[in-house]
Formats: sequence, structure tokens, C-alpha cells
Amino acid sequence: MLEVKNISKSYGPIDAVKDVSFSADQGEILGFLGPNGAGKSTTMRMITGFLTPSAGTAIVNGHDITVAPVAAKKLIGYLPENAPLYAEMTTTTFLRFVAELRGYSGRVRDQKVEEGISRCQLESVRRQPLGTLSKGFKQRVCMAQAIMHDPKVLIMDEPTDGLDPNQKHVVRNMIRDMAASMTIVVSTHILEEVDAICTRAIIISAGQLVANGTPDELRRKSSLHGAVELTLSDASSDTADSLRALPSADRVETERSRYIVYPGNQETLYSEVSAMARDKEWKVTGLRTLDGRLDDVFKQLTVGGDFSNVG
Amino acid sequence: MEGLHNIVVIGKRELKSYFESPVAYVFMVVFLLLVGFLTFFVSGFYEARQADLRPFFFWHPWVYLLLVPAASMRLWAEERRTGTIELLLTMPITMVQSILGKFFAAWIFLIMALALTFPIIISTVHLGTPDAGAIAGGYIGSALLAGTYLAVGTLTSAMTRNQVISFVLALVFCFVLLIAGWQPFTSIFAMWAPEWLVSGIAAFSFMPHFESLQRGVIDLRDIVYYASVMIFMLAATHIVLDGRKGG
Ligand SMILES: Nc1ncnc2c1ncn2[C@@H]1O[C@H](COP(=O)(O)OP(=O)(O)O)[C@@H](O)[C@H]1O
Ligand SMILES: [Mg+2]
Repeated sequence: MLEVKNISKSYGPIDAVKDVSFSADQGEILGFLGPNGAGKSTTMRMITGFLTPSAGTAIVNGHDITVAPVAAKKLIGYLPENAPLYAEMTTTTFLRFVAELRGYSGRVRDQKVEEGISRCQLESVRRQPLGTLSKGFKQRVCMAQAIMHDPKVLIMDEPTDGLDPNQKHVVRNMIRDMAASMTIVVSTHILEEVDAICTRAIIISAGQLVANGTPDELRRKSSLHGAVELTLSDASSDTADSLRALPSADRVETERSRYIVYPGNQETLYSEVSAMARDKEWKVTGLRTLDGRLDDVFKQLTVGGDFSNVG
Repeated sequence: MEGLHNIVVIGKRELKSYFESPVAYVFMVVFLLLVGFLTFFVSGFYEARQADLRPFFFWHPWVYLLLVPAASMRLWAEERRTGTIELLLTMPITMVQSILGKFFAAWIFLIMALALTFPIIISTVHLGTPDAGAIAGGYIGSALLAGTYLAVGTLTSAMTRNQVISFVLALVFCFVLLIAGWQPFTSIFAMWAPEWLVSGIAAFSFMPHFESLQRGVIDLRDIVYYASVMIFMLAATHIVLDGRKGG
């Protein structure tokens, strides 16, 4: 269970994070979205105790990171951005080092190291210096470090950044498999990731929280949500005007023979469009209601910086 | 107990990392060559024809000036440059434990280099029996001096992510603290400055405290002096690292 309460961070005059609050329960995979520079890493660094918040705090299973940092850190696993590692150490010596800092010794320590190696598929690089590993392996070594102690809260900063599609797939499966026993927060700017793994997502822009909901709820904020897409094989120049004249239509966008009718009234738009197509005997090759797209919501909420009229 | 365990774990990693790069061996060889050269050729150790170790210990403050900053420059600067500091400081340990673990590892490394000078001592045995107390005192003094320089270097290493800057800052800082109490310097200074100012500044210097230890005299006041400088510098390191967290 993670509660982030009114957390803020300023670097001199720059407010990197402004009054962000959210919480996540065990079993949730919370997507943390935002464009580059939005404040994702800064927020995660405060939650994990690497940075001290200018205001507010994060609470992990009742332990306040600013008051009892060691107790809170014991429950947190953290995969920092770009998976920093000690270049001269090997996979095993590094994992052994982390295991010892996590308080394991003797046989249990060795067992934890072996578990990490098998869970993160590091068998082939166990004796290799970390500085010589590929990005995908570095990410997984860092992941093994983060999950070794079965953390209650796992914070991952762009864990799939820079990986190829197969590697991304492996990492996503791992995240999904672990989710039941912990709270996971994963930052990304890749939107397909949200649909692939997240049960909920929050969006931050210029340091401020602008949305918090399930992927479906977020899609509903899209201006495309409830729009009707109509494709015709006999489109003519006055088709768009006819559609625009419908009582439930707000505006119409045209792309060759494809029309997107934005809703004034979502309830009745589809039936009006289909009735018109029947009356005018258009040759319809496609007609459907759109769900809205996440990238559309993302753009709406994060471009410009004026958030007063959305959300 | 847990604190000590964490210091040992951090220290072990740090000490091993010295020997995992060729830098450690280069460091030790350069240290031994420099000490040997200065002792035998510049001070004319053998010509003196006596088992007096002062020509040997005399050079340590100057040799350390170059070598201790080289040994300390990466302690924190490298963690900051590569980002591993983010792993280290999000482990369930305190900042004090990290600072002490690294400091003791580097100190042990320097003491190992110092211990390798022992053959120089052995080579004096045929010139007459050197005073064992003087040898022990000289070595203890030298180790304390190295630790004090190291504490300064730890602080400058925490101040930057650039090892070269860390090295230069440590060198300058140590040089000032060294020369402030060095007799040739204080006598020039004394020509125009009042006596109390000269001795006041000299009191902060490493030098007078090393001079007595060099003669084999272990004075509690000298040990207290070295310990306080180390604690002060490490506390300042803590403040600098905390300041970065606070950003
Ligand atoms: N140490 C720092 N000093 C000053 N500004 C910083 C520092 N770290 C981050 N920032 C600024 O804070 C903002 C948020 O950065 P970051 O959290 O890294 O964003 P994200 O991870 O979402 O890309 C950016 O504008 C960045 O320039
Ligand atoms: Mg980031």
C-alpha cells in the first residue's frame, strides 16, 4: 500500500513536482505517465527516499519515508531510470552485495542471489562484469536487485525504455506475474504499455497531476470517445455537410472517404448517422463508435500547459 | 549491530573495487617509488649512516598530498557520475553508514600501501637498531595523517561528480592545511603577522601534530586533533550529500 500525500519538489525557482497525491493498493499496477520532464523521476526519487520532498511525503505500509526512511526502504524495491550499476562488479557479486545490504547472510543470501538470477533470466551473464552487459541485461540485473526482498511496493522508472520488442515483452510479463503480492508503480511514456499491463494510470504534466483513472476511464476523456467513424465507397463533396447537420453531431473531420463525427450527444449519434446513411443510400463500408484513444487523452492533457479546463 | 554490518558490507565492496581496476596497483607502485626515492636519494638516508627514520617519515605529508586525493576522488564523485548513488541511498541503510563504509575502505587501502614501505625500515636494521617505539609512533602518525587527508578528499569527492575537480580541490585544501603550520612558511609569515595569529593558524595545521608523532611521541592531543578533523570533514560530507538530496 502506497500513499503519496501532497508531495512537492522545487529546484530553486523551478517547481519540478507540485502537490501530487495518489495512492495504490496491493495488486494494482499503477502506470505513471507524463511527457519527458514532467516530473516522473523526481516523484519516484522522493517516494524511494533518494530525494527529500520540499513538502508532503510518501507512506509505505504505514511507514513515512521522511520520518522512518530505513523502515520504509525495507519495504520498497526500486529500479531507477537507466538501470545504474557498478560497472566493475559481476552479476553475482552485485546481487550478493545487495542481498547483504538487505540483511540476508549465509545460505539465505546465496539462495536470494540464485532466485534473482533465475527469475530475471541472468544465467548466461552471471560472471560477466556489469559494465559489459547489453541494455536489456542491465535492466534485468537492476530488476533482480529491486525484487530480491519481495518488496511491498515496487517502483520502476521506465523499465522498458531502450529495450527491443522481445525484451519489452519479457519485462511486461514479469511485472504482470509479480503484481498480486505487491503494489507496483511503473513510469512510462509509452502508452501501449498502459493497456498492456496497468490496472490504473495517472498522468502528470509540468509537475502536476492531471488525470487518475483506469485506462477505460482515461479513454473516456478523449474527445474521440463516442465519436462515430463512417467509411464510404461513394463519398461526395456534400457528405460532410449532411453529417454536420445532424442534431447530435458536433463537428466532422474528413480523411478521403473516412468521416469522423464528433458527438454533441453521444447517446443518439450512432443511430442518427446510421439512419442518414440508410436514407441517403450511401455505400457504407464501415461504421463504428470509437472508444477514444489514450494517446489522444495524453496529448489533450499534457500539451500546452493550460489544464484549467480539462480533467 | 545492523549498523556495523552495513558499514562492513559497504566497505568490503569499496575496498574490492580498488583492486578490480589497475589503478590500485599503479597507486601502490607510485607511492612506494616516491617514498623510496625521496628517502634514499633526496634525504640521503644511507649517507646519514644512522638508523634514524626521520628522513623517511619526513616526506609522507608531501607524498600523501598527491596520492590521497587520487585514492579518494572517486569515492562519491563516481557514484554520482554513474548514478549508482541512487541505488546506494535507496537501500535500507543510513547515510552515516554509507559514508563510514566508504571512508574506512579507502583508509584501509592507504594503510595497506603504507604497510608496504616496511622493507625500507628493515633495510635500516644493519645500520643500528632503530627504536621500535619511534617506528610504531611514526607509522601511527602517518596512518592518522593519511586518514585526515582522506576525510578531506571524501568531502571534496561528495561535492562534485567530476573526479578531476575532486582531486584538485582535495589537493589544494590539504596543501593549505599542511603549509599553514610548516616551519619555513610560518617563519616567513611571522615576519609581518602577530605571533598569536601565526600560532593560531598553525594550530589548525596537520604539520605540528605530525612532527611530534614522527619523533615517535604519541601525544593524546595529536590523536584528538586528527580525530576531530576527520569527524568534522565526514560530518561536512554528510551535510553536502544531504544538501543534494534536498536539491
Ligand atoms: N537536479 C535537478 N536540478 C534542477 N532541475 C532538475 C533536477 N532534476 C530534475 N530537474 C527538472 O525537474 C523536471 C522534472 O524532471 P524529471 O523528474 O526527470 O522528469 P521525467 O522523469 O518525467 O522526465 C525537469 O524540468 C527537470 O529539468
Ligand atoms: Mg525520468
